[in-house]
Amino acid sequence: MFAVLKRELSAYFSSPIGYIYLAVFYVFSGYFFFGVLYSNTTSLSNVFNGMFTIIMLLIPILTMRLMSEDLKNKTDQALLTAPISLLSLVLGKFLSALIVYCLGVAITLVYAIVIATFAPPDWTVVFGNVLGMLLLGAALIAIGMFISALTENQVIAAVGGFAVGFSLILVNSLASLISTEWLKKFVSGLSFMERYDEFTNGILDISNIFFFISICAVFVFFTVRVFEKRRWS
Amino acid sequence: MIEVKNLVKLYGDKRAVDDVTFTVQKGEVLGFLGQNGAGKSTTMNIITGYLSSTSGTVTIDGHEILEEPIEVKNRIGYLPEHPPLYLDMTVKDYLGFMFDLKKVKLPKKQHIEEICNIVKIADVYNRVIKNLSKGYRQRVGLAQALLGNPDVLIMDEPTVGLDPKQMIEIRNLIKSLGERHTVILSSHILSEVQMICDRVIVINKGKLVADGTPDSLSQSMSTDHKLLIRVAGPQEEIKKLLQKIPGMLEVSLVGQRETGEVYDFSLEAEKGLDIRREVFKRLAERSWPLLGMRSSELSLEDIFLQLTAEDSAASETENGGNA
Repeated sequence: MFAVLKRELSAYFSSPIGYIYLAVFYVFSGYFFFGVLYSNTTSLSNVFNGMFTIIMLLIPILTMRLMSEDLKNKTDQALLTAPISLLSLVLGKFLSALIVYCLGVAITLVYAIVIATFAPPDWTVVFGNVLGMLLLGAALIAIGMFISALTENQVIAAVGGFAVGFSLILVNSLASLISTEWLKKFVSGLSFMERYDEFTNGILDISNIFFFISICAVFVFFTVRVFEKRRWS
Repeated sequence: MIEVKNLVKLYGDKRAVDDVTFTVQKGEVLGFLGQNGAGKSTTMNIITGYLSSTSGTVTIDGHEILEEPIEVKNRIGYLPEHPPLYLDMTVKDYLGFMFDLKKVKLPKKQHIEEICNIVKIADVYNRVIKNLSKGYRQRVGLAQALLGNPDVLIMDEPTVGLDPKQMIEIRNLIKSLGERHTVILSSHILSEVQMICDRVIVINKGKLVADGTPDSLSQSMSTDHKLLIRVAGPQEEIKKLLQKIPGMLEVSLVGQRETGEVYDFSLEAEKGLDIRREVFKRLAERSWPLLGMRSSELSLEDIFLQLTAEDSAASETENGGNA
């Protein structure tokens, strides 16, 4: 697992992808942080709120090449014939994207420290926010990785990731159109935004944490199944 | 060492591998001969655990690939048809990564250096793989397969796309590797397999059609009765002279590839009859210089036709005998 993790990490930074991702993340979060400073508050929630859409758009960039590049270059033959389990291979890839993502998220801690020089922020809320952002990213990375495993074309993987991201944004307005009560509840239960908003509002609900972790687990499992299926077909 | 039993692989309705059974002894160099699409790569991919078989078993050292994949994969070094290289890495980084991926327990730096010296890539050690020529890439692929000194080496068409000089080098390299490893390699070049391998398996349309030593294979398909010759002299008279050789079936003019009175003929005698001496003697008697002579080479297609024809003939007689 660590061999794959190490290679994938170095791949992010031997190509422009890692740098572009970090630059875009820093620029937009900086923009939202400027808004926080401008309005003279110590609450960073606006930054986390604003980053939701940006993250939805950025994660597919991180995940598009995770699996499809291996399929295209046939390097999956080296990975799949190596004496490691499929799960550790998939986890290695997943963690590499997650680490790069965390490098982006880490900037919010810098903002918190900057704020702290003016007035002490509510640290528990800040950490709740960071945790929410990490969980959101991890879930989206798992989904993006799964999509990337389905195709050997990186563009398709990215577009698929965008489509999923937008659908997740639209789920809320879709839910409000549904009149059947149980269906409405089910659809809005799928909403990433609602759950993420609770984090940014400073509410740490254990069910929300479990929701994002389950999404990760399910899509990591699906990715393993995709490789299994490809072997058997 | 390696036991493949009743291997079947279906792609939809297509039987890519159809009931293939063979064993490989320790230290043996086995050649897989077949046309493109015959099922060579599929069989190799199943042995290495990249694909799963529809039915049948592959056992290496007593470990079954589906039941104990890690045990089996630990014993195999695999060079697929397209070397699985990360083009954006340097040779050094790539081999380091593969070393870690395979969880090799040997001293890292020393082991990688050793292998680089064996496959002669030490001079490109710090270069990015993207910028390497096809021959070097193939060698880096081979180096990757050798990491950890696996007992079994499996190579899928290791010389395809190389220039003749590189081909010879890689063949010699594989031959020397065969002294320490059990090797399975595939090829669609008959002479290559004959040169490197102790044993040859011919596979056609997913089915195993022959299994034997290269010598027995080439004897059963001896082409001494079919010759191509080049003679300087009068065309018609030469033809008449050669036709008088006992057992000669056909003499035909192929063309005139040199200037002057020099002609190429193709000769076909009765099967199993070696006419080379007789041709030389008769031409020498008339002082028509023989400028060249070679057996007409069998193409793979001819071999399959011959093998499958023999097969069906044999099974027919068997059935006849039983009835």
